[in-house]
Amino acid sequence: MPAYTPPPLPSDDKRWKIVNGTMRKNGYARHALIETLHTVQSSFGYLDDDSIRFVARSLRVPLSQAYGVVTFYHYFSLKPPGKHTMTICSGTACYIKGTDKLIAAAEQKLGIQQGETTKDGNISLTTARCVGACGRAPVVLTDGELMGQMTQDQMIEQLERWAVE
Amino acid sequence: MTLEELDQIAKATQSEYDKYDHEINVCMGTGCLSQHSDKLKAALEEQVKAQGKNVFVRRTGCMGLCAAGPLALVDPQETLYQHLHAENAENVVKHLDSEPVKELQCDLREHFDQQVHVVLENSGHIDPEKIDDYIARDGYQALLTALSDMTPQGIIRQVTESGLRGRGGGGYPTGLKWGTVAKSAGALKYVICNGDEGDPGAFMDRSVLESDPQRVIEGMAIAAYAVGASKGYVYVRAEYPLAVSRLQTALRDARRRGLLGNNIGNTPFCFDVEIRLGAGAFVCGEETALIASIEGRRGMPKPRPPYPAMSGLWGKPTLINNVETFANIAPILRKGGKWFANMGSEHSKGTKVFALTGKITNTGLVEVPMGIRLREIIENIGGGVPDGHKFKAVQTGGPSGGCLPESLLDIAVSYDGLVKVGAMMGSGGMIVMDDTSCMVNVAKFFLEFCRTESCGKCIPCRAGTAQMHAILNKICTGTGTLADLELLEELCDTVKSTSLCGLGQTSPNPVLSTLRYFRHEYIEHIEHKRCPAGVCSMVAAEQEVTA
Repeated sequence: MPAYTPPPLPSDDKRWKIVNGTMRKNGYARHALIETLHTVQSSFGYLDDDSIRFVARSLRVPLSQAYGVVTFYHYFSLKPPGKHTMTICSGTACYIKGTDKLIAAAEQKLGIQQGETTKDGNISLTTARCVGACGRAPVVLTDGELMGQMTQDQMIEQLERWAVE
Repeated sequence: MTLEELDQIAKATQSEYDKYDHEINVCMGTGCLSQHSDKLKAALEEQVKAQGKNVFVRRTGCMGLCAAGPLALVDPQETLYQHLHAENAENVVKHLDSEPVKELQCDLREHFDQQVHVVLENSGHIDPEKIDDYIARDGYQALLTALSDMTPQGIIRQVTESGLRGRGGGGYPTGLKWGTVAKSAGALKYVICNGDEGDPGAFMDRSVLESDPQRVIEGMAIAAYAVGASKGYVYVRAEYPLAVSRLQTALRDARRRGLLGNNIGNTPFCFDVEIRLGAGAFVCGEETALIASIEGRRGMPKPRPPYPAMSGLWGKPTLINNVETFANIAPILRKGGKWFANMGSEHSKGTKVFALTGKITNTGLVEVPMGIRLREIIENIGGGVPDGHKFKAVQTGGPSGGCLPESLLDIAVSYDGLVKVGAMMGSGGMIVMDDTSCMVNVAKFFLEFCRTESCGKCIPCRAGTAQMHAILNKICTGTGTLADLELLEELCDTVKSTSLCGLGQTSPNPVLSTLRYFRHEYIEHIEHKRCPAGVCSMVAAEQEVTA
């Protein structure tokens, strides 16, 4: 069987090399699709058309299937994230401790719904399905950093700090 | 690596630590790290140096009592400090040789005394990123002994004898599962560790992977030898970055020590493990969906049979067990199946780790023998409901489980006992609710979860959860009728009996259990347009468009 030659990288952006590395490590096997998409998202912050096409072609997976996988899993995002991200945990323990009020307050403060980014691209507001820090509920992640026993005032303060940066 | 070499490493590690007068174990699990226990550790080290003391400061995994974090345990005195921050470091180090600092001391005898640690025996005592720490506490002894002195059948016999049942929630007898995979024909078999802990409110698996990853790897390797597999996968949630990175370190170290790879323990046995990251789909906790996800596809369940034990990953016989199940294996082999079977109740043996959260004083992880009463867990170990509120319900088993009222707190915790009252063991989340929670709203919360997490493959689950959610929404906004309640019960029945996988079959449980024990709250919402707990707005919102 002739050796498989993967398609060329979309550009000379170094991040593509990281993505390609993941695929090479897995021998460009189809089952590396989710692994590779994880690498794309951690390198680029989100998945766009170009990257999904590139990964699908490289792994010889139908584009429809790749797109199907991307949209199936909540962890993958098709939209670029804002400069800062506020992730509010909406797991059961956090819900019992009132994260629904935190979400409502953040939505009102930023004038956006959860899952959206402010118009200036500064702050994204997302919710998570339990980050496993239930002992510290309610929990929010500010730019990935876990903060426990969050109060509404503390959260609004953080949002205001980001807004004036 | 042989048993003698293992013993040498254990002794060398121990004597290295014996040189110190004291050890300070600093919890660096996700909970305490979020309160900057890394800075605490650095400050302690600095103080030890500055005060010229002969003390070892160790990074450890979770100590369980997340509510009191950051935690630090001073050995050999076994003084536990709570809410310890970097600024307290000087004081703590100063008092190492005298009386401990009273005001920082955590004195919760009741919390710890009733616990029995098997899975968590090393958590909080070893550095999760040092394999030698694990070896010094009898790590990998079970694997190497099994490889040199036991037959695969002998191992399966021990596991069967132990009475261990799947800790992911299903409660399928582990020995039986292993036996089936071992008997399946095929040269290529797989072992998968299910670390897709999707139940919101449960964090046992995260904690075990963060605190003692080698234990899980050892369990998987023993399983692989017993069933004849040579390749393993750990499927972990991407939402657990610390668990993933500690697992990566653990795998690398195990390979370096020759405890993974080719010819382990100088025997023909070869086994290696790879990590697969989940991508945020609750349904992937279901074994056939998890397999689809490892294969790089959408995580959709398949009808069983064929069971994964016959035809699993890439059509090969596959053994899937939960993190906690694998974590139980090494102690069972070390101490014997009988020892394990002596703990627990008649049909539920051993111990179980629970994540105690919600409106309870001592939130965190606890490990208790099966058969313990719920009341003991909540009132003694958990310290009861704080702030003078009244206990209302405890929710076990995540979105597939149920809410149990005060009157049922005296039942013994077991797989079958919980199912009988309409809840389930699940993976071990235990969420306590007080009088500020509305049970109708809680049911709605879980249905909302199941509705979004439904993979959409089978209609009863996809459409049923949406319709049930819509009805609950009506009730919560004061527009529900008694006829709706009837329809809701009928829907529950249909979805329960006709869905393809566990997600759909159990999704009505939160509704059914709240209807069973808190029906008056539903009636109050419907007939008097009033939410007794004052949670629901009771204002009719726009009717949601449903699937």
